[in-house]
Amino acid sequence: MTTATAPTRLLEVEHLTMRFGGLVAIDDVSFSANDKEITAIIGPNGAGKTTVFNCLTGFYKPTVGRLTLHHPKGDFLLEQMEGFRIPQKASVARTFQNIRLFPQMTVLENLVVAQHNVLMSASAFSLAGLLGLRRYKDAERESIELARYWLDKVGLLDRADIDAGNLPYGDQRRLEIARAMCTEPVLLCLDEPAAGLNPKESAELNELLLFIRDSHKIGLLLIEHDMSVVMKISDHVIVLDYGCKIADGSPEAVRDDPNVIRAYLGEDEDEELPPEVLADLKIDTPKPQNMPGSE
Amino acid sequence: MEYFIQQLINGLTLGAIYGLIAIGYTMVYGIIGMINFAHGEIYMIGAFVSFIAFLVLGAVGITYIPLALLVVLLLAMVFSAIYGWSVERIAYRPLRGAPRLSPLISAIGMSIFLQNYVQILQGARVKAMQPLISGGFTLMEHDGFTVTISYLQIFIIVLTIVLMAVFATVIGKTALGRAQRACEQDRVMASLVGVNVDRTISLTFVMGASLAAVAGLMVTIYYGVIDFYIGFLAGIKAFTAAVLGGIGSMPGAMLGGLLIGLVEAFWSAYFSIEYKDVAVFSILVLVLIFRPTGILGKPEVDKV
Repeated sequence: MTTATAPTRLLEVEHLTMRFGGLVAIDDVSFSANDKEITAIIGPNGAGKTTVFNCLTGFYKPTVGRLTLHHPKGDFLLEQMEGFRIPQKASVARTFQNIRLFPQMTVLENLVVAQHNVLMSASAFSLAGLLGLRRYKDAERESIELARYWLDKVGLLDRADIDAGNLPYGDQRRLEIARAMCTEPVLLCLDEPAAGLNPKESAELNELLLFIRDSHKIGLLLIEHDMSVVMKISDHVIVLDYGCKIADGSPEAVRDDPNVIRAYLGEDEDEELPPEVLADLKIDTPKPQNMPGSE
Repeated sequence: MEYFIQQLINGLTLGAIYGLIAIGYTMVYGIIGMINFAHGEIYMIGAFVSFIAFLVLGAVGITYIPLALLVVLLLAMVFSAIYGWSVERIAYRPLRGAPRLSPLISAIGMSIFLQNYVQILQGARVKAMQPLISGGFTLMEHDGFTVTISYLQIFIIVLTIVLMAVFATVIGKTALGRAQRACEQDRVMASLVGVNVDRTISLTFVMGASLAAVAGLMVTIYYGVIDFYIGFLAGIKAFTAAVLGGIGSMPGAMLGGLLIGLVEAFWSAYFSIEYKDVAVFSILVLVLIFRPTGILGKPEVDKV
């Protein structure tokens, strides 16, 4: 599933280490993610996947390491940026394992607020907005158009005016992705987007992610437990275990890697692998949904 | 009946002033979940800035009242906004992420500091000003009792309505207001969609402080006497208004302000003027016991 042109590096993580007191959550992890590709980070619970995301999006300052984003506007060192500037300047967007929408805003407003920076500069700190100047009105109309475009893509156009908190779970997940896309990112980080989705919703999610990759030409970074998602859509898989990288490569290569199998299934070589676990690792077809909140 | 209507007008005027201060409490509570006890002092500073500005304008010979009012209004808003911004920057921002009690204590400290600061700079004596706008309309006359609404009361009520409309538009329709509501609901997520949370919080303080300054100006021209201590009582009453209306809710703050103003006016009229503050604070106690979310506040529902 590689794109026709030679892939370009979008994100380079070098020697990332994150310690919390004596606990080493990530230990010297290096990897890279390409533009216009889906890179999946997998690994057992507690492997440090979400911590990597938290370092990328400015929640944590890495203890050691360099995180370089090759943005069309130039390189950004994410580890040195203030939290809110990472989405603003470096165009990195993210979603959460436990959904974080603005529950008391309407679905549409959730997407418009994601375009805050464009609107804020167009409105000169809301002054122009207050005076109803043309410049602001145009910017606002454009932002609503973009929001409607994404609502259409995630199939929520008819629910634009209800409060986001009242949407069913699967819709909230898709709305969160739409909101992230409204920030017009170059890198989209998704933390377990398929968690709690049923097989049909999960298949729709695959299509949405492939659409984002192919039509919007951005890089996606994905944490996922659902192997049907990972194996089907990823171009590149990175496996973490206990904060270390244990495998890195194409989905097929990673799937057969003995280290990966050991990390998921334990060390005991004599033990027969339970068939459903083998199925998880090997089979491409959608499987019954994961237990929600599995991490 | 005439007496009742007269008190209604007086109460609404007073309530408009409380409402404007209450909005500052409620906005700050909404966005960072703390009670800014220094807010009453910002209002007091607004009153002092207005007082000084009137004197200066009088000295340079600007006596055309609408112009003078406009200039003083802008000066009071700007200066108080600077104070509001500084208070947040100095006393609250370093404590973001600290336990909830820390900024509260810091706020009380800031309140005491500002009171003493004004007391030292301006003296402890009561300042009095000539009535600026006199006259009014006589609405009805009956048995020798006239019901009047003064131009000043009209000015206060109209200005309050205008400001409410402006602020409701800012909160509801502009990018800044949307960012404020986003910060209210999920500060971390707001920062992840590129909202500068610190700046949004600062602007909230600036907005709250400039409304308090308007209230300070109103009280200066309405009562004509101010001192360094007026912020305390007015602040606590406006806080009561915010709690009564439902803290965190803008319309609630205005409604609460009006109700507190009316209670105070009617209590003074029909019972005893000495106990009007007791009446107001009894409301605070009753609301906190029987309806802690206030009239328009949303109850917090914990999903299990």
